[in-house]
Parts: sequence; C-alpha cells; structure tokens
Amino acid sequence: MIATNLILVLVVLTNLKLLGSSRIGSSIRVVAAQGVVLGLLPVVAHMDDLSLRFAVLAVGTVAIKGIVFPWFLFRAVREADVAREVEPYVGYVTSLLSGVVILAISFWMCQRLPMPETLASSWLAPVAIFSIFAGLFLIVSRKRALNQVLGFLVLENGVYTFGVGLAPQSSLLVEAGVLLDVFVAVFVMGITIFHINREFDHINTDKLNTLKD
Amino acid sequence: MNALSFIPLLLALVVSPLLPGIINRTKAVFAGRRGQPLLQTYFDLWKLLHKGAVYSRTTTWLFRAGPMLGLAAVLMAVTLVPLGNFPALIAFPADFFLFACLLGLMRFFTVLAALDTGSSFEGMGASREVFFSALAEPALLVALATLARQAQSLSLSTIFSRVSGGHWLQAGPVLVLVLIALVVVLLAENSRIPVDDPNTHLELTMIHEVMVLDHGGPDFAFILYGAALKLWVLAALVVGMVVPDTGTLWLNLILSVSGMFAVAVIVGVVESVMARLRLLIVPQLLVGAGALAAMAFLLGLNK
Repeated sequence: MIATNLILVLVVLTNLKLLGSSRIGSSIRVVAAQGVVLGLLPVVAHMDDLSLRFAVLAVGTVAIKGIVFPWFLFRAVREADVAREVEPYVGYVTSLLSGVVILAISFWMCQRLPMPETLASSWLAPVAIFSIFAGLFLIVSRKRALNQVLGFLVLENGVYTFGVGLAPQSSLLVEAGVLLDVFVAVFVMGITIFHINREFDHINTDKLNTLKD
Repeated sequence: MNALSFIPLLLALVVSPLLPGIINRTKAVFAGRRGQPLLQTYFDLWKLLHKGAVYSRTTTWLFRAGPMLGLAAVLMAVTLVPLGNFPALIAFPADFFLFACLLGLMRFFTVLAALDTGSSFEGMGASREVFFSALAEPALLVALATLARQAQSLSLSTIFSRVSGGHWLQAGPVLVLVLIALVVVLLAENSRIPVDDPNTHLELTMIHEVMVLDHGGPDFAFILYGAALKLWVLAALVVGMVVPDTGTLWLNLILSVSGMFAVAVIVGVVESVMARLRLLIVPQLLVGAGALAAMAFLLGLNK
C-alpha cells in the first residue's frame, strides 16, 4: 500500500516536472524514469498474489519504456538535430499551475465516479486520469513534434496505470496490446520526425498549418 | 496559557541570533576558513544599538517606523509558534493564518520604508521581494493547511504536537512534500541562497539586502534581530514536523533546539554547494514549491 502510494506520488511528481521542464533531454530522461517506476507498479500493487504474468509485464515495461524509448528518442534528437529548448506555447509556470488544476479536477472527478473495490490504492484512479490529462496538455501546449511524442507517452502511462490497478479483472493481453501500439506509434513518430526535419529543416508542427491550400 | 508557554518565546528571543552565526560558520568550514565567531550577530546587535542613526532629509516617519513595526510583527509571530511539545503563548483556531499575515505585515513595513527613501535601487529590491513573497506565501499557507488537515486541528500548537511518527507512517509522501515546500519557503522568505544571496555586494542583484541599505544604527539592529527571529519561526515549523515525540517534555525541547541548529547547518550547506538561481528561474522554484504543497493537500484529502 505504502509502496504503491510512493510510486503514484513519483508519477505525479514526474508529470509536474515535465510540465515545468525546459530541456528536451531532461524531459526524455524524466519520461524514461516514469516508465521504469511504472514498470514496478504491477509487482508492487499485487504483491500478495504475485504471478509470472506480472513479472513479465514489469520486465517488458521497464525494458521498453525505460531503455528502448529513451534510446530511440535520443537518437531522434541527434539525427534531427533538435535544439535543446522545449519552446512551449504555454509558459512553464503556467503549465505547472495548469498541472495542479488538472490534478485537482482529476481528484474531484474520481470522487464522483463509481470505483471498483479492488483498486490497489485510492490514489490510483486520480493519478491515472491526471497522467492522461497531463499528457494531453503536453501534446497541445508544446511546439515540437518530439515533445508531442513525450506527451503521448505520458498519456499512455496514464492508461497503463489504470490498467495495472485493475489487473486482476482485465486481461494483461490488453495491456500488452497497448504497449505494442505505443511502441509502433513511437517508432513511426520517430521516423516521421526525421522526415519532417529533412523536408522542412525543423520539426515545429505549428508551421505545418501553412501546408494546407 | 501556562508558564511553560513562555519557554518557546524566551528561547526564540535569546537564541535566535545564534542561527545566522551557525549558518556563517558552516559556510566558513566548507570554504576552509575559520569564519566569524558564532556569537557575531550578538556583537553586531550590541554595536548597532549603541550607535546613532542618520536619517536622510527625503525620508518621512514611515522610514523610522518601518524597522520597529517589522520587529513588532515578527515578535507577534514568535508568540504563535510552538516548540517541542511546549504550546505557543497564544493559540487559537486558525492562528496559522495570522502567522502568515504577520510575516506579510513585517515585509510590508520593510517595503514601505524602502520605498520611502526614494532610492531606485531600494525600489527594485522592494519590487522583487514583493513578487517573490507573493509566490512563496501561497506555498506556505497551503502547506500549513495540509498539516492542519492531517492533524485535524486548526491551531499551530495542536498541529505540531499531533503530527508524529504515526502520521509519517500513514501519510509519509504527503508530509515529505509539505516538508520540501516548507524548506523552500524558509529559504525564500529568509533571502537565503537559491533565491537571494545575503553576502552579495552588488545592489543590482540584491533583493532583501538592498531594501535595508539606508537603515543604520538601532534601526538596522531591529532589522537584523527581526531577520533572525523570522529564520527562527520558519525553522520552528520545519523542526516541529520532523522532530519525533519522545514523551518527555524536556527531552523534546532539547531535541527541538538541536533541530533548529541542524536546520541552520542545512541552510549553510545549501548555501555552500549551490549557486544562486537566475532571477527568471526563481518564480519557477517558488511556484514549484506551491505545486508540491497543493499536491500534498489534494493527496491528503483523498486517503
């Protein structure tokens, strides 16, 4: 229980850090750290009935989110020669304050939603929803395609958090499927970033608007 | 109110000037110097109180009243803060609100006196001080509100006597977040290093120091003493959270006072190992502290 809560607090902290962070490199590292911490969640949350499935899920998550994604994103940064600044539409302090507001809304929402009894912690659902919203916020408030990939990963981490909390009921197959989807998505986005960069010399997605007729 | 409630007050009045001495000594040790005597602040206060004051002709009564009213405000704040298991001299529901207001009042008079001099440097310092404290104050209030919620009490004395090992086991993450927020507020409010450098010699980059440049003699003694008391009360909040309840009244007091010295040492270490943040980054730090406090509050609400 305490360990689960600790992990959830770390997830919220990493999300807030992402909202206030101005460097792409550190953002990637924070997302990787979040992935590793979340990888431990299924093992910690279901400590009493630990099965091989959870162990496999944990190892797979840590490997993909903690090692493969960061490596891939750093490679994209290097290949596409991305500047190190994040360049947000919404400033860092405003983003941070929005994060706190989103957290409050998530807690408020989860008090009104009927929750299953088997959730590992009462913080789990709010933190999951907070991650989803924070990911969405990162996607809409940052200019660079790379930051949008990071926002997408945070969003997926939220879905994953919720899935792990419900794991006894929901099939882990779903979770594995989501992980695969995200993997493909990040892979495709990594290639797209590289190609956008080669065509237009930068990856600022706001400029893509001018492509339309 | 009983006779024991005077002990935290008396300790604060007598021992608080020691805290800046400990900070300076820690910094000196880190830098490989011998450093000032630990009692340097007492010597300074003694010297300043025996001096006369020089007042510029452009200043009004506000300039003379500022240091006195500031000291009075912080003295009131001292009477609200408990130490160890000794209750504060004055305790009533929601007194933590008055505590924050009194610190704000102290700053308000310092700022008024600074603006009264008409010096542009002092105006700049006043502007920064007010800006930063406007960001630090919500963090302080939300952190204290979280503690109040955890301890199910609205008075500082009962809050700090109730927050104990049990709370740390139950709601450890919440209390850790509150603690971090309080430490950042402590550093910012006392113009210590990540926010302001108390040793800077350039008026352009000063925040707090530049506001009191024109004060001299007894007025400056009041300001120095007020600053030491302010450091003491904010450190008392941090110590009140951390120091465990041993069950013995006097052992608690000894632990708490050594906790205060430990806070001073930690401030000294922070000053020795960290550079000052750029002025643009400081708001991010303070808003971050506020965000941590708000997060702790929300997590504490939903247990």
